Amino acid sequence: MDITGGAAKPDAAVVRDALGVGVAVGLSGFAFGVTSAGSGLGLLQTCALSLLVFTGASQFALVGALAAGGNPYTAAAGAFFLGVRNAFYGLRLSQLLAVPRAVRPLAAQWVIDETTAVTLAQPTRRAARIGFTVTGLTLYVLWNLTTLLGALGARAIGDTRAWGLDAAGPAVFLALLAPMLTTATERAVAGLAVLLGLGLLPVLPAGVPVLVAALAAPLALVVSGRRAGRGPQDAPEEAEAR
Amino acid sequence: MNTWIAIGLTVLGCYAVKLAGLLVPAHVVERPLVRRLAALLPVALLAALTAQQTFAQGHALVLDARAAGLGAAAVALVLRAPFLVVVAAAVVVTAGVRALGG
Repeated sequence: MDITGGAAKPDAAVVRDALGVGVAVGLSGFAFGVTSAGSGLGLLQTCALSLLVFTGASQFALVGALAAGGNPYTAAAGAFFLGVRNAFYGLRLSQLLAVPRAVRPLAAQWVIDETTAVTLAQPTRRAARIGFTVTGLTLYVLWNLTTLLGALGARAIGDTRAWGLDAAGPAVFLALLAPMLTTATERAVAGLAVLLGLGLLPVLPAGVPVLVAALAAPLALVVSGRRAGRGPQDAPEEAEAR
Repeated sequence: MNTWIAIGLTVLGCYAVKLAGLLVPAHVVERPLVRRLAALLPVALLAALTAQQTFAQGHALVLDARAAGLGAAAVALVLRAPFLVVVAAAVVVTAGVRALGG
């Protein structure tokens, strides 16, 4: 992508795009706060997760695994593997944004699905930098604020199950998953992972079935590589996560 | 204490991979096979987590109001509803089915 020669986009338009994503997703921190408190985590623990982990899928996965009685290591491992995709976002963003070395440790905390999506959609480096900063800042502030409100609200409303709030976690996962199911390979991996995750649930300790289900990914690469009669590295590029 | 251990490990791990992406020279990680694996790993994890958090009750598999809620979320996704609407649909339908005794 030519990031410097593209047509200029008004700063206000970039800010508007970024605010749209930042506000919508930032507000869903409420669902995380409620889910986390409902899973038995304290107020401080819930807020620490949003402030310091700041990658929604990993946070939901961690509190879900802890609520299911998983040990801290398998719970953290599941959350970590979900976070690995952020490293690949960072690779693209560092080229696009040309982040100064000294700022990188700070910018790193905002390298997530939403900031990457907004930044990659911008035509120029200036627009990319504005998009990344505005999305990151809006999301970080709102996500943490709504996490706090959600955790406080969960205490006030008592039984979160009666309000259907235990369905928020899986709905978030499904919403993140849906746009990734672009080719037959992705759908096969998802199907196999569901079978492994549910099938092993009764027989393995909590948290472990999800980690075993993750093996569906390398397995699919091996199978698709064999079927194509060449290396799996020749698999189509468009299927790659954004 | 166990919860804090899990939080601490997740904080360190998640921050480390974010920072690594910005610091590591692209050619080290940008091998096609590694990229494909990184794209498929979240697919497998999210699918397994969605299924478990919908159908698991401890170590048992159950079909309850959450399944209806997830169905509503799926419909909202097909209709290209915004993220918040998808989550709200799941919550509202799950609560509704439970209120009706589901």
